[in-house]
Amino acid sequence: MKILVIEDDREAAAYLEKAFAEEGHTAHVAGDGETGFTLADTGSYDVLVVDRMLPKRDGLSVVAGLRARGNDTPVLILSALGQVDDRVTGLKAGGDDYLTKPYAFRELLARVEVLARRAGAREGETVYRAGDLELDRLSHSARRAGKDIALQPREFRLLEYLMRHTGQVVTRTMLLENVWEYHFDPQTNVIDVHVSRLRSKIEKGFEKPILHTIRGAGYMLKAD
Amino acid sequence: MAALPAIMKTTAARLSALYLILFTVCAVALVFYMTSLSLRIFTGQTQISVAEEVDNLALVYRRGGLPALVRAVDRRSRQPGAYLYLIADPNGRILSGNVEELEPGVLETDGWTQRPFWYQRYGEPAREDRHRAIAQIIRLPNGMIALVGRDLGEPERFRHVVRRALMFALGVMGVGGFLIWFFVGRRALKRIDGVTVASRRIMAGDLTGRLPVSGAGDEFDRLSVNLNAMLSRIAALNEGLKQVSDNIAHDLKTPLTRLRNRAEAALSGRKKAADYREALEGTIAEADQLIRTFNAILMISRLEAGYSAEATGEVDLNAIAADVVELYEPVAEDAAVELSFETPGSTEIIGNRELIGQALSNIVDNAIKYSAAETGKRKAALKLEQAESEVHLSVTDNGPGIAPEDRERATERFVRLEDSRTQPGSGLGLALAKAVMRFHGGRLLLSGGDGDGLTVTMAFPRKDGSR
Repeated sequence: MKILVIEDDREAAAYLEKAFAEEGHTAHVAGDGETGFTLADTGSYDVLVVDRMLPKRDGLSVVAGLRARGNDTPVLILSALGQVDDRVTGLKAGGDDYLTKPYAFRELLARVEVLARRAGAREGETVYRAGDLELDRLSHSARRAGKDIALQPREFRLLEYLMRHTGQVVTRTMLLENVWEYHFDPQTNVIDVHVSRLRSKIEKGFEKPILHTIRGAGYMLKAD
Repeated sequence: MAALPAIMKTTAARLSALYLILFTVCAVALVFYMTSLSLRIFTGQTQISVAEEVDNLALVYRRGGLPALVRAVDRRSRQPGAYLYLIADPNGRILSGNVEELEPGVLETDGWTQRPFWYQRYGEPAREDRHRAIAQIIRLPNGMIALVGRDLGEPERFRHVVRRALMFALGVMGVGGFLIWFFVGRRALKRIDGVTVASRRIMAGDLTGRLPVSGAGDEFDRLSVNLNAMLSRIAALNEGLKQVSDNIAHDLKTPLTRLRNRAEAALSGRKKAADYREALEGTIAEADQLIRTFNAILMISRLEAGYSAEATGEVDLNAIAADVVELYEPVAEDAAVELSFETPGSTEIIGNRELIGQALSNIVDNAIKYSAAETGKRKAALKLEQAESEVHLSVTDNGPGIAPEDRERATERFVRLEDSRTQPGSGLGLALAKAVMRFHGGRLLLSGGDGDGLTVTMAFPRKDGSR
């Protein structure tokens, strides 16, 4: 995956470059808004990671400029501003996701991977499959190995989100944002409890685990 | 008179000068209008009297012909204050009358002269400013020319008087304007000096200082009162800020010290790779907790400073509460807490779903944490109801509750009542909820619930309320 990081903090940018490389991705770094815009406009990147406050041209303007030119490369905006309205303006400018500093690299990586895969989104599919697990989005039903699994509406949405990103790490905050549509940080492990309930429904009585906990990051739905 | 230049610069001075100029222009225009009107009336009257005299002489002429006319003219010319008389031959040579010389071309006209002309009477010394007159010129049948006119001396004198009166009035106005401007300006300047001195003192750091209010209720007082209100608000915010920085210093330094100690301990001595990993993971967890606390502090400050209005819209409290209940249900079940929700159905208010959701989560989280097992079944009950002018969303637990004297303190930042020190949390949950409620124009109420429990009520103003 080819990632462009537009970030003026050299140390942070170098760290991201190295960390992305360790994960098998190629990351290029632009130190200011102008350079970033030119690179993003000419190079073909899978994802752009754009800091909101940049020298020469601010991040939101870079994103808006790219969108105006018809460039729809997925953009993740990084910002120290994390209040509700900051997020809204960030997404309005054309960002696809918004992450507040300071962040955990695993969180950033998970989001970038999800964004990159968006191009081949499974939005249009009516049935998601992972191994012997099957989720029908029209009839709102789930089956594993031919056996029906009874799910609460929220559990269904949770499983739907996990299956849409089969094989990808999804973090707790991503689940809270996409399944519950809240952006705050719940104080207790509410998400974990929801996931463990779902897990018991889709794994109990079946031989192989399918919903995996990724230590220090989140969860991944994956059939071996 | 060192204060004079400053006075000149005041608004009062500029206004006075402007008014003075305006009045002067108006007065001059008025005087000119009246003068010209009076002059026209004067001229009209003069014309009437001249016309009468012409009629008289015409009568004489008709009765006795030219010789009688000449005689009458001669006689009348010698009377004091006489009209102007002149009889000339067709070539303009003066034959009779009391006019020695007159503006060339006057005799060529027929009837009334178009405008005043100058002339020189017989036997009078020639002067620089010659007399002016208007006249009627009559052509006699034999080609002779007769002129009957009247001096305009009186209107000229009138004009002179008016001019002098005008100059005097302008002088008085000028002096008056200057005096008014001097005293009004100086008064305003004095008041402003008072404000300046007070604000300097405040700028120097004495936020308890206030601007002087004279009690006259004038615009200066209104300004001072408003500025004082602003200062009070600034002082309150400043006090809050100071308190926060004290609290931050206290509550962030402790985990920071822990963080540092952990890193230091990891570095000292010989360790296995697994130990390093554990130490680093602990460090990250500690840092995450710090970030969480920091975010909560920032959020409270932003909320207290006032949020952008576009962040709010119509939201359904019922839906928000149901979402939060749904979110916490599994956690409550694991903790053996019975979570219930009593609602009249959809209840719209003006607000921000995210903020209300977060505040309610904090309260529900607390209720689940603190509901005690001693009194039998642990409970956390949510209730949405319409109160008089408000909408109440309350969460009641059956835990130990908070003593009435501690309730106020419980919603302050970083306050964690003694019994709860052992529970995880930043101590900002209720403070955040309170800030959210203040942002929504509502209140956060703490009261005793059934038994010993605690009821936390989020009181929102109604959507149609007079807010």
